[in-house]
Amino acid sequence: MAEKVLMKGNEAFAEAVIRGGCRFYFGYPITPQSEIPEFMARELKKRGGAFLQAESELGAINMTYGCAAAGGNVFISSSSPGISLMQEGMSFLCSAEVPCTILNVSRCGPGVGGIQPGQADYYQMTRGGGNGDYKIPTFAPANIQEAVDILYEAPMLADSIRNPVAVLADGMLGQMMEPVALPEQKKQYSPDEIAEYKPWALTGYNAKADKKRAVVKSLRLQPEALEEHVEKLFKKYRQLEKELVRYEAVDLDGADIVFVAFGTMSRLCKEAMEILADQGIKAGLIRPISIWPYPAEAFDKIDFGTTKVVISTELSMGQMIDDVRLAVNGRLPVRLIHRTGGMIPTSLEVVEKAKTILEESK
Amino acid sequence: MTNKLFFAGAGGQGVLLMGQMTAYAAMAEDKPVTFLPSYGPEMRGGTSNCTVVVSDDKPVSCPLIYEADAVVVMNVPSLLKFESLVKPGGKLFINSSLIEQKTSRDDIEAIYVPTIELAEQLGNTRAANIVMFGAFMRSMNIMSMETCEHVLEKIFSGRKEKYLELNKKAFHIYEN
Repeated sequence: MAEKVLMKGNEAFAEAVIRGGCRFYFGYPITPQSEIPEFMARELKKRGGAFLQAESELGAINMTYGCAAAGGNVFISSSSPGISLMQEGMSFLCSAEVPCTILNVSRCGPGVGGIQPGQADYYQMTRGGGNGDYKIPTFAPANIQEAVDILYEAPMLADSIRNPVAVLADGMLGQMMEPVALPEQKKQYSPDEIAEYKPWALTGYNAKADKKRAVVKSLRLQPEALEEHVEKLFKKYRQLEKELVRYEAVDLDGADIVFVAFGTMSRLCKEAMEILADQGIKAGLIRPISIWPYPAEAFDKIDFGTTKVVISTELSMGQMIDDVRLAVNGRLPVRLIHRTGGMIPTSLEVVEKAKTILEESK
Repeated sequence: MTNKLFFAGAGGQGVLLMGQMTAYAAMAEDKPVTFLPSYGPEMRGGTSNCTVVVSDDKPVSCPLIYEADAVVVMNVPSLLKFESLVKPGGKLFINSSLIEQKTSRDDIEAIYVPTIELAEQLGNTRAANIVMFGAFMRSMNIMSMETCEHVLEKIFSGRKEKYLELNKKAFHIYEN
C-alpha cells in the first residue's frame, strides 16, 4: 500500500478524482469546499487537463455537460446551495446519458443557510432537484480514506453506466485532516482511444470507424419515444439498484437498539455505541454508504428478537428516516435523533437521547 | 486507548500548527489520528481552535469530543471558554505569558508555560507556540520527543530551514 500522507479532506478528494482519471473541472467557489477549485486550478494544467472558473454554478454544470458530451472526463464540486443551482443540468446529463463525477461537500440550509456541516441535502441528493424521472448513484463516505477510495472509482463507474455519479460529504469531512493512502494514477485515454471507448461521444474529426454521426440530446417531443427512453433509463437504474448497494452493519446481533446513520453522524454513533456498551446497553449500527440505491437489505439483518427500536440519527430535521421506515417496513418502531442548522450533537447527547427512546420503546 | 486533545487561542498564535504537528507525529508513529479545525468566517486576530484525537490501535471513530484529556489555551478568552472541557484528572496547558489568572478548576493538573519569556531567551518571541508544543509533548508523552523533532524538520524545511535550529531549541526549552 502507498505511504500514508496527512491530508485535508477537500484536497484528498480532489487528488483522488484526478488519479481516478478526471482531467476537467468547472466550478465556482463556495465554503466549505473552496479548497477543491483552488487545488484544481493549481494541479490540472500540470497533469494535462484544464480548470475553468465558471461565472456561476449554472455555468459550471452546463460546461460539464458540453465537455463530457465531447468525451471529456469531468469532475464538478460544490456545496448545498450551489448543488441546487446545478440540478437542472444534472437532469439533462442523466437524460442524455452523459457521465461525470459530482461532489457535494454539504453545509446547512435551507436557503443560503450557514457554512457548518449538515446532512439536510439527503433529499436533494437522493430524490434530485431536477425535473423528470432520473437517478444519480450517490455515496456518503464517513472518513477521508473511504471518500478517496470512492472518488477514485467514481469516474470509471460513471463512464461505464453513462450517468453522473455523486458523492455526498459534509463540511467536517472536507475541512478535517486524516492520514490517507492515495491510489496509483489510472490510465489516461488519448482522443483516439476516447472515440473508441465512448462511441456515443461527440469526438468529432471523423474519428469513428463507422463514421456514424453521434447525437447527444435530452429533447424528445414524441411521447412514444420519450417513454421508451425513460423506460430504458430505468432498466439501467433497476440494474444499478442490484449492483451498487453498499453499507456497513455493526453489532446487529443481540442489539437492544439499532442506529442508522451515514457520514459524520455514523462516527458519533460509533462512539455512542461504546459508551452505551459500558452502561450495559447493546447498540448496533447500519451505516448506508450508498444512499441511492438505499441498502434496504441491511435491515433484514436486524435481530428482531432483541431489538426494540431503530433510530435514524441525522444532521437534519429527519430526511433519511423516510428510507429507514420503508426498509423497516413496520417491523419495529422508528425514531429520530437529530440536530440541525450546523449544530452537531456530542456522542454523550446521542447516548442520553437513545436511552430515553429505548425506555419509551420497551 | 484514545487521547483527545484540544488547542485554542487567537488566530495567528500557531494553534492550528500545534494541532497539525501533533497529527503528523501520530501518523509518523503509525497511530490512527484525526485533526479537526474549527472553521468559520474568522480571520487573523479572531479565535482559532482544533481538536486532535490520537488512537493507539483502532481507527478513530469520532473526531469530535465532549471532553479532553488535555487542553492547550494560548489566550484569556480560550481559558475561560475551554477550561471546562478538560476531563477530571486531565491536563490544562496555560500560556502564562499572556494569561495572568490561574485556572478555576481544582480537579485537573494545570501546567503554566511562560512561552514568550522562554522564546525571548532564544532571541525570537515568534517561537512561543513551539515552546508550548514542546512542553505539551514532553508532559503528555503520547509520541516520542524524537518523532516530534522529525516533524519539526519536515515543517521547517526548504525556505523555512533557517528557523529549524531556533525551533528545535524552543521545543526543548521547557523542562519542568
